[in-house]
Amino acid sequence: MGGTKANYWKKNIRILIVLLTIWFLSSFGAAILFAEELNTIRLGGFKLGFWFAQQGSIYIFIILIFVYVRLMNRLDKDFGVDEK
Amino acid sequence: MSLEIWTYSIVGLSFLLYIGIAIWSKAGTTKEFYVAGGGVNPIVNGMATAADWMSAASFLSMAGLISFMGYGGAQYLMGWTGGYVLLALLLAPYLRKFGKFTVPDFIGDRYYSKESRLIALICAIFVSFTYVVGQMKGVGVAFARFLNVPFDTGVLIGIGIVFFYAVLGGMKGITYTQVAQFCVLIFAFTVPAIFISIQMTGNPIPQVGFGGTVDGGAYLLDKLDQLSTDLGFDLYTATDPGNTVNLFFITAALMLGTAGLPHVIVRFFTVPRVRDARLSAGYALLFIAILYTTAPAVAAFARTNLLTTVKNADYSEMPVWFKNWENTGLISFDDKNNDGRIRYVADAQNNELTIDRDIIVLANPEIANLPAWVIALVVAGGLAAALSTAAGLLLVISTSISHDLLKKHIAPDINEKGELRAARLAIAIAVIAAGLAGLNPPGFVAQVVALAFGLAASSFFPAIILGIFDKRMNKQGANSGMVIGILFTTVYIIYFKPQLGGPGTAEGYWFGIAPEGIGTLGALINFVIAIVVSRMTPPPPGEVQELTESIRYPRG
Repeated sequence: MGGTKANYWKKNIRILIVLLTIWFLSSFGAAILFAEELNTIRLGGFKLGFWFAQQGSIYIFIILIFVYVRLMNRLDKDFGVDEK
Repeated sequence: MSLEIWTYSIVGLSFLLYIGIAIWSKAGTTKEFYVAGGGVNPIVNGMATAADWMSAASFLSMAGLISFMGYGGAQYLMGWTGGYVLLALLLAPYLRKFGKFTVPDFIGDRYYSKESRLIALICAIFVSFTYVVGQMKGVGVAFARFLNVPFDTGVLIGIGIVFFYAVLGGMKGITYTQVAQFCVLIFAFTVPAIFISIQMTGNPIPQVGFGGTVDGGAYLLDKLDQLSTDLGFDLYTATDPGNTVNLFFITAALMLGTAGLPHVIVRFFTVPRVRDARLSAGYALLFIAILYTTAPAVAAFARTNLLTTVKNADYSEMPVWFKNWENTGLISFDDKNNDGRIRYVADAQNNELTIDRDIIVLANPEIANLPAWVIALVVAGGLAAALSTAAGLLLVISTSISHDLLKKHIAPDINEKGELRAARLAIAIAVIAAGLAGLNPPGFVAQVVALAFGLAASSFFPAIILGIFDKRMNKQGANSGMVIGILFTTVYIIYFKPQLGGPGTAEGYWFGIAPEGIGTLGALINFVIAIVVSRMTPPPPGEVQELTESIRYPRG
């Protein structure tokens, strides 16, 4: 047991805020709001904004979920609320 | 072997496989029927979710849509994948901990009221039913086009197959057939893409070839941009600044809708533990992304191929596939100035060539000169995509009726056996009703799908999120939020969809938001109303607050 349940929930929320900020920036940010500016930068054959819109954001989504799984498994264990 | 024999063999084999799995995985209890016994491996559930999610539209139409939209196609790519992040982080683990069978279960228990459950139940049925009619229609079209079976017979064969494994196996049968269907559809989608990528860019990975170079040494996307501007179209890769707000709202509405669709949410009730629900969402998105990152590459390859082939070309020199598809009416050439040359340009007055978007995926193997078995595989893949999605949706309809309506509202003392029989009967009726609607689809089916996403976004998504993250949320808040969110979204969509009889025109859109994107605003309105109303009314009873507390922790 590493702490109280209230603390567990607070840390959980903090993880969510960080990951969802990245989620928002990579999709709505890089692929929509700033796509035009990013399109002046190139990534091989891609314009960067276009790449985020049709490829990059999806890769980031996958990574975000697997990072979340790891962070939460660790948090569950730290607070002794992991399932046996 | 001819194309027709190949198609019959491959489609026939895939159907036998589905039936075999159904017999092997017959459901014996309501728990097996509703949530496959609750012991599904996260990877298996990930595949089943992916097949559940990727519909006939994802498989057959999406690459074509992107091909004609260019950059703007991102709304589908991000909208239909980004929702999984919300699902994994904000919904799936908590709903798994809650551990019942349906979305109306959660809404009904968390908001301790029959009215909440009833609102959720009606929404779940409406959303799922509109969606499933489109799948049934897709099955009929695939049969009609490739197997020379009349459209009606095609739909009937589809009904027969789904009927068999859904009624027999419920969620258990559906889960395992969906795994097989996922393998068929993903193989069928990626094989032609890999061949085309090698032909055009020399790189076997479409996602890399997408950013690679073509024969002349120029980048594929630069060549495509050049071809597009030559013919008067917008740059394929350029943004459209006038459309930014609309693109933002549509993408968000599709994401929120994805996270709120009941047939996707219930898949996470089938895994054994909370940690499996999180992991399973990750696998689901990984499997979905195989198709969703390949599709934009296919779109760009096909567009480049098409423009190169038809640009200022002589009609008499068109390849065989062009003539083949002309016969089906999906390509039509009207030589307005009688010079025998094809003019494919952005300007509608001078344009001589009309191309149906759906042919992009269907014609790709022919355009790339791939063998007949690959084309047959694409047909089997399209059918797998349509059938797997249809089955998942039908299950939601049947559980809504047998569990949420019958067991929780009408006959609470029904026994296990009776409920299982009712569930089977409900799914049988749902399959037949969906099939009949698929035979005579109202002309506005495609338009109603926008409504399905809008409703899921503006009703379920906020109600579930608030139910988990806001302990103070009570039934008054949630119910008024849901009702107003749904009303607002429905009225806006009907008003601005001429196909649904609405008088509105694009000039009248609020902030330039098309009906497809209004679910986002509907969700925001739901959130605001729910929070305001809940703070002015009494807090939820103690045991409900304890329930909210308990779903936050995987154990205890």
